[in-house]
Amino acid sequence: MEKTITDLHIGEKGIIANFCLNNIPLKLLEMGCIPGKEVELVQIAPLNDPLYIIVNGSHIAIRRDVAKLINIY
Amino acid sequence: MSEKKNIKIALAGNPNTGKTSLFNVLTGLHQKVGNYPGITVDKKQGTFDLNNNTTATIIDLPGTYSINPSSIDETIVIKTLINKNNIDFPDIVVIVAEIDNLKRNLLLFSQIKDLEIPTILAINMSDQMKRKGISIDIEALEKELKTDVVLISARKNSGIENLKKALLNPKYKVLKSSSHCSEKIDATFFNQIKKEIPNLPLYNAWLLITQLEDLSAYTQEEQNSINKFKINKDQLSKLQHKETIFRYAEINAILKKTYKVDKSKATTLRARLDRVLTHKFFGFIIFGIILTFLFQGVYNFSAIPMDFIDTSFANLAEWVKNTMPTGIFTDLLTDGIIAGIGGIIIFVPQIIILFLFVAIMEETGYMSRVVFIMDKVMRRFGMSGKSVVPLLSGTACAIPAIMAARNISGIKERLITILVTPFTTCAARLPVYAILIALVIPETSFYGFNIQGLVLMALYLIGFTTAIVSAYILNKILKVKSKSYFIIEMPNYKLPSLRNLLITIFDKTKAFVIDAGKIILAISIILWFLASNGPNNTHGNAENIVAKEIKLNGINLSQAQQDQKVSSYKLEHSYIGIMGKTIEPAIKPLGYDWKIGIALITSFAAREVFVGTLATIYSVENNDEDVTGIKQRMQAEINSETGKKRFDLPTGLSLLIFYTFAMQCMSTLAIVKRETNSWKWPIYQLAGMTTLAYIAAYLTHLIFL
Repeated sequence: MEKTITDLHIGEKGIIANFCLNNIPLKLLEMGCIPGKEVELVQIAPLNDPLYIIVNGSHIAIRRDVAKLINIY
Repeated sequence: MSEKKNIKIALAGNPNTGKTSLFNVLTGLHQKVGNYPGITVDKKQGTFDLNNNTTATIIDLPGTYSINPSSIDETIVIKTLINKNNIDFPDIVVIVAEIDNLKRNLLLFSQIKDLEIPTILAINMSDQMKRKGISIDIEALEKELKTDVVLISARKNSGIENLKKALLNPKYKVLKSSSHCSEKIDATFFNQIKKEIPNLPLYNAWLLITQLEDLSAYTQEEQNSINKFKINKDQLSKLQHKETIFRYAEINAILKKTYKVDKSKATTLRARLDRVLTHKFFGFIIFGIILTFLFQGVYNFSAIPMDFIDTSFANLAEWVKNTMPTGIFTDLLTDGIIAGIGGIIIFVPQIIILFLFVAIMEETGYMSRVVFIMDKVMRRFGMSGKSVVPLLSGTACAIPAIMAARNISGIKERLITILVTPFTTCAARLPVYAILIALVIPETSFYGFNIQGLVLMALYLIGFTTAIVSAYILNKILKVKSKSYFIIEMPNYKLPSLRNLLITIFDKTKAFVIDAGKIILAISIILWFLASNGPNNTHGNAENIVAKEIKLNGINLSQAQQDQKVSSYKLEHSYIGIMGKTIEPAIKPLGYDWKIGIALITSFAAREVFVGTLATIYSVENNDEDVTGIKQRMQAEINSETGKKRFDLPTGLSLLIFYTFAMQCMSTLAIVKRETNSWKWPIYQLAGMTTLAYIAAYLTHLIFL
C-alpha cells in the first residue's frame, strides 16, 4: 500500500509524490503543497484530526480526509 | 494653489503579512470603512501625502493567498484588479510580503504581475531578518522579478520613506505579455484562447474563464468566447493545478539565487509554543482557561466604567428634565431616547473587552491554534473549527460574527454556523437581562455566589448550549450538498500591535453604537407617536368616556386619580395600545400583558429597545412626577388581574427565557439574508427561534407559577 501523510509520525518527514491532481483542492497547491517537496507532520489535533504540517515553508493544518489523498515516499 | 496629483494604490497580500499594519502606518486616522457594492465586505480606504504635490488614495484589499478566490472576501481582489473600468482599479499595486514565507507570498505576486498592472513588492518584518538568519539580495531580486522591491517594517515604522519614493518613481515599468500561462503549460489550449479572445490580455482572459461568473463588463462577443472555454471543467482544473506548480518552480528558481536562510539561527519559539498550545490535552485546558478569563474580565474590568456611564446618563436625563418644560416630549427625550441610548452605551466597555480579546487572539496567531484543536469537536455538530470565531464574536454582536463565518469553506458548515450564531448571548441582550434580573431575582448569595450573577451565567450557558444542540439537529436534517475542504495557515506568533488593536476596536464599537443608536432613536419616536395618538371616537374622546364611566359606577375620585384614569384609557386606545391588545391573547399564557406585548413587538427590530419601550409606555401613561427611573416604574407596575406586582418571578423568568431564544434583531436578519443570498434562511431562523422562545417561555411561566 502506498504511504500518505496520515502514515507519518509526529516529527517525521516525507517527500510528496505525484498525486492525482483532480482530487486535490487548488488551494492546497497554492499553499505550497507541491509534488517533490518535503512535508513534516508537526502535530495531530485532539481526536486525531486535523493534521498540522509544514510543507514548502508553509505551516498549515489540513483534515485527515485530504491528507489521505497525498501520497509520500 | 496648484492642483495636486493623486495616485490610486491598492494593497494586496497574504493574510498575516502585516498588510493592515502598513495601511494603518501610511494613513494614520485618515481612513474610512465603507462597503463594496452588493456585498458586506469591509472596504478600507485611506489617503496620505506622497510628497508636496502628490497625494495617494490607498485601498486595503482583503488578504488572500492567491488571486483565485476561495471566499467572498477574496473575490474582491480579482474583481478590483481585472477590470480597468472598476472604480477602484489602481495605478499601482503594492504587494505586501513577509520575510518568513516569501516563497508563498510570491505566488500572489506573480499572478498580479501577470495582470500587467504596475507593482511594487514590499517585504515586511525586515527588522527580524538578522535574528532569523535571513539574507536577501534585493538588487538581484528586483532584476529577476522586474519589479521594485522595498524592505519595510510596518511595526518599527522603517522603510516607509523608501516605499513612498518607489511609489513616486518606480525603477521598473510594466512589461507586456510575459504571461505565465503559455506554451509551457499547454500551448495549443492557450493559443486557442489568444485566437478567440484577442482583445484581452491572455492572463485576464484565463482568469475570466476559470474564476468569474459575472461577465457583464464585457461585450457579448467576448462573453460568448469566454463561455465556450468554460465548458470543460476537468481540463480547466488540471491546467490550473499545472499553472500553480509551474509558478512555484519559477519562484523557487528565483529565490535560490536571491534568498538565503541560515538554518542554525532559526528560532524554535513557534515550535515550542505550538507543542503546548496545540497539545491534545493541554491545548484544551489552555483554551478553557483563556475563555474563563475572558468572561471574568468582561464583568470585572467593565464594572467601574459601566457604573460611571450609568450615573452620567442618569444625570443627563435629570438635567434635561429640570431644564426643559415638563410634558410628554421631555419624557420621550429622557425616558425613551436618553434612557435607550444609555442602555446601549453602558455595554460599550463590555463590547470593547470582547472585541479586544478576539482581536488579540487573531493578531497573535493563537486563533488559528484554537481553530485547529476545535475542528474535530465542532464537526460532530456539523460545524467547522473556524466556527469558533463566529461563536465567540457572537457574544459581542451577531452581525460581525455572521460576517466572520465567511472564512468557512464548507457550504453546509457555514450555513449551520450562521443559523445558530444568534443564540449566543450578544451585548444587546444584556440591558434586558440586567433590568429583569434586578427586578425579579433577589440580591442574596448562595454558597458564596451572588444569585443574580449565577442567573446571568446560566443564561449565557443556555444560549451557548442551544446553539450547539441546534447545530447538531440542523446537521441531521439539512440536505445541503457540500464538498468542503479545510486548509488553514498556522501563522507565526506575533506580539499584537497596539495601533492595529485600537483601530479595529474603535471601528467595530463605533459601528455597533451608531447602528443601535439609530434604531433606538427611530423606534422611540415612532412609538411615542403611536402611543400618543389613536382613533378619534375612543382615544380622542377619552375625557368624556372616563367621566361617564365614573359617574355610572358612582365612585368618588380626586382630580389626580381621574387624570390617571384618563391617560390609562388613552394609552389603551392609542394605536400602539390597540396593537398590544390584539396580541395579548397570544402572550397571556407566557405571563405578559399588552404593555409588555408592545415591548415584544418593538423588540423584533432590536432587542435592546425593550427597556426604552417600556419606559416610553409607562411615562405616557403615568404623569406622576415623583416616580423617576425605569426600574422604579417597572417595580411599581401592578398586574390588574391579580393586584400583585406585574414583574414577579414567573413573568420575569419567562421574559428572560423568551429573550434568550427569540430572533429579535432586524440587522442580523438582514445580514443573514445578504450572506446566504436568500430570504429563505432568515425567515426559517426567525420562525424557528421565535417558536422555540414561545414554547420555552410558556413552560418557564408554567413551572414557576
